[in-house]
Amino acid sequence: MSKPTDKPVYIEPNYTYGDATLHYIQQAAEHGLYEIRGLGAKRRVPTFDDLTFLTASASRYPLEGYREKCETKTVLGTRFAKKPIELGIPITIAGMSFGALTAQAKDALGRAAGELGTSTTTGDGGMTPEERRSSKTLVYQCLPSRYGFNPDDLRQADAIELVVGQGAKPGGGGMLLGQKISPRVAGMRTLPEGIDQRSACRHPDWTGSDDLAIKLSELRELTDWQLPVYVKIGATRVKNDVKLAVAAGADVVVVDGMQGGTAATQQVFIEHAGIPTLAALRQAVEALEEIDKVGEVQLIISGGIRSGADVAKALAMGADAVSIGQAAMMALGCNARHYHMNGRLVDATDDYAAIGTAPGYCHHCHTGLCPVGIATQTPELEKRLDVDWGARRVKNYLQTLTMELTTLARACGKSNVHNLEREDLAALTIEAAAMAKIPLAGTDWIPGHNGY
Amino acid sequence: METITDTDKTVRVDLDESSVRDLNQFLHHDLAASGVKHIEVLNPNGRHNIAVGVDAPVSVDIRGHAGYFIGGMNKQARITVHGNVGWSVGENIMSGSIRVKGNASECAGASGHGGLVVIEGDASSRCGISMKGCDIVVGGSVGHMSAFMAQLGTLVVCGDADAGLGDSLYEAVIYVRGTIKGLGADAREEPMGEEDYARVAALLDKAGFDHDPKAFKRVASARTLYHWNADHHQEY
Repeated sequence: MSKPTDKPVYIEPNYTYGDATLHYIQQAAEHGLYEIRGLGAKRRVPTFDDLTFLTASASRYPLEGYREKCETKTVLGTRFAKKPIELGIPITIAGMSFGALTAQAKDALGRAAGELGTSTTTGDGGMTPEERRSSKTLVYQCLPSRYGFNPDDLRQADAIELVVGQGAKPGGGGMLLGQKISPRVAGMRTLPEGIDQRSACRHPDWTGSDDLAIKLSELRELTDWQLPVYVKIGATRVKNDVKLAVAAGADVVVVDGMQGGTAATQQVFIEHAGIPTLAALRQAVEALEEIDKVGEVQLIISGGIRSGADVAKALAMGADAVSIGQAAMMALGCNARHYHMNGRLVDATDDYAAIGTAPGYCHHCHTGLCPVGIATQTPELEKRLDVDWGARRVKNYLQTLTMELTTLARACGKSNVHNLEREDLAALTIEAAAMAKIPLAGTDWIPGHNGY
Repeated sequence: METITDTDKTVRVDLDESSVRDLNQFLHHDLAASGVKHIEVLNPNGRHNIAVGVDAPVSVDIRGHAGYFIGGMNKQARITVHGNVGWSVGENIMSGSIRVKGNASECAGASGHGGLVVIEGDASSRCGISMKGCDIVVGGSVGHMSAFMAQLGTLVVCGDADAGLGDSLYEAVIYVRGTIKGLGADAREEPMGEEDYARVAALLDKAGFDHDPKAFKRVASARTLYHWNADHHQEY
């Protein structure tokens, strides 16, 4: 055995085989399987944080921050739908399934959205009566799995979202592991209870964009051309896909960047497929510009939208609205240290520890062991989400985002948040400048443009 | 619709004169009050989305070949196509019936939740894909990957089945009278029991085919894919 030495110790860090990589290799060696988890990409990618606003000064004048009106109304589906939807704010709640989330969580999201005059979206498990009741404006997803899909729910929807893909797993189908397939979830999905369910990655009744056009027509025929039809794509070849969605007849295109969340997907898929939301948004806007559809087809961007600043920057870059999923869950209490029960806060740290994680790091949506009772189907855990409390928190969160959004818009001199424009932005990093095609702050340089 | 003619409670809609949209809106909104029980659709000429979303106990006869999604999401109606159809006839059918006198292209009865789809001729690939409780009877043969990921219901094939039959099946059951070129992942042939004979006999009867149920083979899920890597000790 060697003796301790007085020489200074230097433990050389290994950037190729760091802690995370070692853990990954050891897990793979132990289980012979890839990791499945919830939420979205955690790796560092350029984001809206890498942009800043060039607010008003002498060359442009601002609006008074508290008193002058700043319009947030947002209309979606003006292209073909007889009944476009009118939202109070340009922030919508993304599709999250009953099954992935509890019925109570869906209820809370619906109530909060209703109070702010915005929409919620069903998910890969059909429409529950609870969410139809609680959500004033409900977008009904048509997904590859078609679980629970039926014409009666379709007719009572306010808009239809045909989901081609999602940012967490573009090109992949959903998963719901056995412990979340409760009798009610199984019934809604026509599956045996307790099986590990893997949704289809392609639609059962059409393939390719020419077929998609006929499929969208079918949905319109079924609903007498009343409802807006969205097409949602996961961000990969965004320019082509947006153009194809528009050619197929979409009223609204939803682009979900790689930071978009999921209830359960392979980690390798979450982290290594798709392009960042920032890049996806610019490509989507360029696609609409190239085919002269800006304003006629509305664009919703999603995938890692967290703050009013993110919303404002997305709108300035050309989105008509944003959609939030993970952040809405976090407002409900996802990854919080406490949950709220019987009028008091209860510490859930031990429950996080029991599943090998901690508040702030949890991505166990796939296990159904959600310590705060949001992404579960276990009755005992479901009780941990107080619906009134959750609804109030989501409402507060949406309200905060809206206040932040209008603060920035007014400071840019805009009386309508939809008047924010690219010229209001500068990039803080070269990567963000290249992806968003916004000049690097203090320069007029966009990498790849003007010959350099 | 001025181009609709009412003859003894039969309404005729000529799609060379009226649009598919006019027809569907009539079926959705004006049918109930009209007392009409029979609709005849003339000159379909391969048009798509004919008679989608009907929710009434009426008969619809489509006289000719039709395109995609014929009778999509049907409830209650008895729809007959006197010709061939394109992709996804009767997709997401909830109840009622759809009969195709000719052949059907891909994905016939896709994701159907209930009711009956009858293809008198052949059906192309992915017939019964993702079906969730409907019954499908094909007089001829079916193409590859039929009943892919089928969850519930019955697919009866009076002819042959191409490769990949019943891939990733859940609880739907397939009966084939002819040869099976190949089974998909997790599908297996199982012995026929008395319940199977009765189930096949009842569906053949409803569909109007006169075959001996004893001539059919049963294909169902081996259920080895029901649990995610169950053999690999992953602690979910």
